[in-house]
Amino acid sequence: MTRPRLDLPGMVFGLAALVAWSAGPFVVEKANRIVPGVTLPLKAVWHSGSVHSVFIAYGVLLAVASLVRRPVVRFTAAATALSCLCWALGTVATELTPPDDRVLRIAPGLGFWAAAALTGLLLVDAVAIARLRPVRRVVLLGAVIGVIGWALASGHFDQVSIGREYAANADRFTLELKRHLMLATGSLAGAVVVALPIGMLCFARESMARAVLSALSFVQTIPSIALYGVLMAPLAALAAALPALAALGVGGIGYAPAIVALFLYALFPIVANTVLGLRRIDPAVIEAAQGMGLTDRQILWQVRWPLALPTVVTGIRVVLVQNVGLAAVAALVGGGGLGTFIFQGIGQTAIDLVLLGALPTVAMALVAGVLLDALVDGLERRRVA
Amino acid sequence: MIKIAGLTKRYGATKVVDHVDLEVPRGTVTAIVGTSGSGKSTLLRMINRLIEPSDGSVWIDGRLTTDEPAPLLRRRIGYVIQGNGLFPHRTVAENIATVPQLLGWSAARIAARTDELLRLFGLDPTTQAQRLPAELSGGQQQRVGVARALAAGPSVLLMDEPFGALDPIIRAKAQEDLRSIQRQLGTTVVLVTHDIDEAFKLADHVAVIDNGRLLQHDAPARLLTAPAHPQVTLLTGTADRALRLLSLATAADLVETGISKGPTLSVHMSLRDALSALMWAGADDGVVVDAAGQPLGRVTVAAILARGAVR
Repeated sequence: MTRPRLDLPGMVFGLAALVAWSAGPFVVEKANRIVPGVTLPLKAVWHSGSVHSVFIAYGVLLAVASLVRRPVVRFTAAATALSCLCWALGTVATELTPPDDRVLRIAPGLGFWAAAALTGLLLVDAVAIARLRPVRRVVLLGAVIGVIGWALASGHFDQVSIGREYAANADRFTLELKRHLMLATGSLAGAVVVALPIGMLCFARESMARAVLSALSFVQTIPSIALYGVLMAPLAALAAALPALAALGVGGIGYAPAIVALFLYALFPIVANTVLGLRRIDPAVIEAAQGMGLTDRQILWQVRWPLALPTVVTGIRVVLVQNVGLAAVAALVGGGGLGTFIFQGIGQTAIDLVLLGALPTVAMALVAGVLLDALVDGLERRRVA
Repeated sequence: MIKIAGLTKRYGATKVVDHVDLEVPRGTVTAIVGTSGSGKSTLLRMINRLIEPSDGSVWIDGRLTTDEPAPLLRRRIGYVIQGNGLFPHRTVAENIATVPQLLGWSAARIAARTDELLRLFGLDPTTQAQRLPAELSGGQQQRVGVARALAAGPSVLLMDEPFGALDPIIRAKAQEDLRSIQRQLGTTVVLVTHDIDEAFKLADHVAVIDNGRLLQHDAPARLLTAPAHPQVTLLTGTADRALRLLSLATAADLVETGISKGPTLSVHMSLRDALSALMWAGADDGVVVDAAGQPLGRVTVAAILARGAVR
């Protein structure tokens, strides 16, 4: 019934991707990991092995994805196009790197990045149009992660500059990735445990709500680096006073200031959304509950909490996405995490190392956002159906 | 039965409800009527102690309402409000089961009662019980609200503007349904409304309240024929009071022996509607028939007109 239609935003994205891909520098060839290097446009790499057939496939699929608005078509075409583009990058990197060369680097160029980002936008647009149900969105996300994981494990991308950087740092990468996840989720878990009761108290007492919320929103305005710095002195003093804590690793430097700062940042969105969620309930529902003889405690647990839950989870979503980003800065105070690669890379002017830290951070924030959005939608559907 | 004595609510120096005495006989419908801010809702809410009285007492079936904790009292009293206040996160069946669950009924008894009520209110237990309130129409939501209030079989039902959010056609239907279900169950109903027509249509007795004071508590016809206060007359209106009076009686009240060639009138028809039907047909009298269509006698225009006059 829905006839394939042309659509303007799709065509704009598609055209921009086409220009970036065909005219921009597709890869950069660098003599080693820190020198600037020479840019190679599409036509310079067109004949690397049999990559031109993959490129042609990309061009055709890009055209389909930008011209057809039907979600299934656009999603399939954009996803396959993006895969082709990435696959071509891996092929080109492998072809251009002489065997046994450990110094030369083939890095993705601006043209590749722009084309990939614009194709990705078409993909996101298709998902948005499709209005998938929460469970299907999570399944789709799982499938995408599976494909990416398979592609990275296949070795096809080992010669791409970031792949080479990963090979050099493989052991540390896994360690810092776990650290990063631990910082982001550990501080979140602590904040949830503390913020929910505070939110409930603030809901019960207006005067408390005002004081607590303004204090917590003040914490939010402190830049992360400043907060890490501010926490160093008291935590160092605490560790000096209590050797037992110091033995556990608490100190002015390390994971302690990082996790404390992330915890403090996390409080405001959760407390604020808890108060808002508990308050923002149709007064008629509460009056009916009282009129039927529910006690105040029963109203809180059987009516207010279930109705507030989607709002509370929205607060948790904000915190998790924010934490994944802020945890990258934790490396500055020795807290570890993927930020370690970013700051080391900046120090060494090694862009590939920066990307090795930055790309997984962005991916984790995206995954966290998609997962929790799906959870919120699922909870809300339960009551508006 | 509800007995109210000297019931008063003060906020600072203002008396919102001022020493009201009222008796609501078992199995009857009493409408509390007044303008907004008259104190009618406050009076109603003091019966189930959603608002604690400053002074005075309420007895329900001979028992003082302050003898038990307020939540326990409220579980024995049905309560329906404007906009129904259904729990949006619970299904229709779960909503109806609220009070039985609080009272600790067995699952089987709750399920049986829920089915019974859904049928009584014209809802389908197989398809509509598992829906969420948002999936129902406004009229259906209102019916679920009343069914929920009646779930544990309370002897008393309190209603605060229960039909206020409905459009006129659905409202008329909901009013009729309420009246027939009330007769069937014998529930004592106290209903707050600002709509005098609604009060006349539903109530056996009307309590007119103004500035917190009870001005008159009487049968609807008496409010028209013997108003106790100018404010009562203002509320009932004067322009069509003869017709209002006719709307309170039915053809059954005036049926006399005799034969008529006029139109056929149902015995349950109000005199107002009967008069209209006779005028429309240009007849002096009509045949009164019972529900089965059997003629019972006749009713004349002259008798109806005489009934509309103040005696």
